[in-house]
Amino acid sequence: MSTALQNLVNQPYKHGFVTDIESDIAPKGLSEDTIRLISSKKNEPEWLLSFRLKAYNKWLSMKEPHWQNVTHNKIDFQEISYYAAPKPKKKLASMDEVDPELLRTFEKLGVPMHERAALAGVAVDVIFDSVSVATTYKKKLAEVGIIFCSFSEAVQDHPELIKKYLGTVVPVGDNFYAALNSAVFTDGSFCFIPKGVKCPMDLSTYFRINTEESGQFERTLIVAEEGASVSYLEGCTAPRFDTNQLHAAVVELVALDNADIKYSTVQNWYAGDEDGVGGIYNFVTKRGLAKGVNSRISWTQVETGSAVTWKYPSCILRGDNSVGEFYSVAVTNNHQQADTGTKMIHIGKNTRSTIVSKGISAGYSNSSYRGLVRITPTAEGARNYSQCDSMLIGDQCGAHTFPYIQVQNSSAKVEHEASTSKIGEDQLFYFSQRGIDAEEAVSMIINGFCKDVFQQLPMEFAVEATKLLSFKLEGSVG
Amino acid sequence: MINQNSKILLEIRGLHATINNVEVLKGIDLTIKSGEIHAIMGINGSGKSTLAKVLAGHSAYEVTAGNVLFEGKDLFELAPEERARAGIFLAFQYPIEIPGVANNQFLRLAYNTVQSERGKEELDPLEFDDFVREKMKLLEMNPDFLDRSVNEGFSGGEKKRNEILQMALLEPRISILDETDSGLDIDALRVVANGVNQITNADNATLLVTHYQRLLDYIVPDFVHVMEAGRIIKTGGKELALELETRGYDWVSKENNILAGAAS
Repeated sequence: MSTALQNLVNQPYKHGFVTDIESDIAPKGLSEDTIRLISSKKNEPEWLLSFRLKAYNKWLSMKEPHWQNVTHNKIDFQEISYYAAPKPKKKLASMDEVDPELLRTFEKLGVPMHERAALAGVAVDVIFDSVSVATTYKKKLAEVGIIFCSFSEAVQDHPELIKKYLGTVVPVGDNFYAALNSAVFTDGSFCFIPKGVKCPMDLSTYFRINTEESGQFERTLIVAEEGASVSYLEGCTAPRFDTNQLHAAVVELVALDNADIKYSTVQNWYAGDEDGVGGIYNFVTKRGLAKGVNSRISWTQVETGSAVTWKYPSCILRGDNSVGEFYSVAVTNNHQQADTGTKMIHIGKNTRSTIVSKGISAGYSNSSYRGLVRITPTAEGARNYSQCDSMLIGDQCGAHTFPYIQVQNSSAKVEHEASTSKIGEDQLFYFSQRGIDAEEAVSMIINGFCKDVFQQLPMEFAVEATKLLSFKLEGSVG
Repeated sequence: MINQNSKILLEIRGLHATINNVEVLKGIDLTIKSGEIHAIMGINGSGKSTLAKVLAGHSAYEVTAGNVLFEGKDLFELAPEERARAGIFLAFQYPIEIPGVANNQFLRLAYNTVQSERGKEELDPLEFDDFVREKMKLLEMNPDFLDRSVNEGFSGGEKKRNEILQMALLEPRISILDETDSGLDIDALRVVANGVNQITNADNATLLVTHYQRLLDYIVPDFVHVMEAGRIIKTGGKELALELETRGYDWVSKENNILAGAAS
């Protein structure tokens, strides 16, 4: 790799700072007592505590998965503190009462929340170390019957909805990390779009890990009733630390008849330093259930952060004619590792799915696409189209594709295309011979490569994503 | 066109260069003035294309001796993109494909980068579209190629036209055309040559690297140089190219050996 490219990729992490806010941290370690503590701190109903305990017992009998194409330090689950909340100085009635330190953090991150909300028409449900501290536009959304609040609030205010849908898409014992999350999740977001309502604005949540060695176990549940539609944006940054932090979130989406859920993520957790020290372990279970006829679940993700990523946003296409989509850009640099992809489970008739995955690897990083397309016997006329492209920058990185295709209905049509390309010295020389320097050249090539995914993102997110990618890969080519 | 009042654009003195520690240029001397068209001919492996790439600044080559002045400045002080902005243009023998990058975006970025360097006005996408379409007429190009990815799936002829289109857009001081005639049928050759002829004027200069006389029927050189084993072994006028066409390269080589023998 030439030096220009290296400099480009190796800029220090911009969002690496720690906010000094008093945290209310539970003692390290995981036991039934920890779970009872979390549940009582959050004043939860009995059924939710049993949900947690059931998950915990499942988890005890499970083993960490090792099939993924990544290596990382062993996680000591007894060394993690499972609950951390900023101590509220008093009850917050408005934005003015939010801790100014917290607001400054958002400023540093470039998320002037109230302005952003007002100007862009985005309601931001801000998660800060597991507890929501401010929710905007709630009233406006409430007028049309939309519920958009922190998970904890939802448990208090809408327990019947939570009880009805929680764990229906990702069961408590689904996998090791989902079980862990189900046992110890502290907060997250809940979004409910009632029958026939088109959500008038994009809903957005910003996540941020702020306490060293506090695991993050977010829980998100989005339900769109018959004919409802919503576009949900999730964005993440985290401050830099030298000890690895586990992030094991669970996201469940439920779309009833003719409902439409679009879930977009820009993920920029701290990835560790250039020698691979530190960084977030991002082990996330995201799944959408296209339950009703003609329903649609669409995942779009731009993954640039984390030391290790293990994530497969999936769709269960149960309703006839339901549609599942997965658009992904995963960028890894330095010593980052990503094993990401999707699962499309076709159950209903004439179900359709599209997978577009773009992996970009630079430095010493390793990026794998792992995807399952399963056509069950009932999925008459199901169709899938998958496209997996990898791009390599430099000659020390790796890209892998693991497609699993299981077809049990002969009327199904499944297509898979894959390609691997490389930003070569000769391409960069061509740009430079036309007066264009390496940074701009890489940015142009990468944006071209990711075009199919970026155009799926809401406008302001697409702009952010474009900038983020250029920033991530600065110095990696030359 | 040889002109008494022309300025020296490029002055190459004793240039040696290596690739992977193998010396491929072994002492090149060449002076190019504004308004002139030079042709460098020679068999494969004689170092013609290497000279073109070294002048443009390809990182695979290392300059081991000699110097090059471009408009009086040390060329090797400039990074490849700085050379391009200063007015050195290389039309590639094998223009590389850049999937996903639209040709119009690429052309506009290149154009605006060079314009800005020269303190001239940059064009927005709409203005540029009008401007580039006008230039494309020069090369009889189909406008739909603006929306395609740079060189991706282009035929050999389309790639070469795209190179000359870039030359027309960037208005270089000196254009180095590396085997621009290779892979072109006779009609495409005529179009490309016609484009080049409309771009050349008394203020700029052209260095043609070619195997064959054919191109020189359309772009008439003022000087023809024959390269062998990393050196220019003979220089003449346009008639030298015709002689090479009928007699091949062997006789130049022999003549040179005799001269070299006599000198030593």
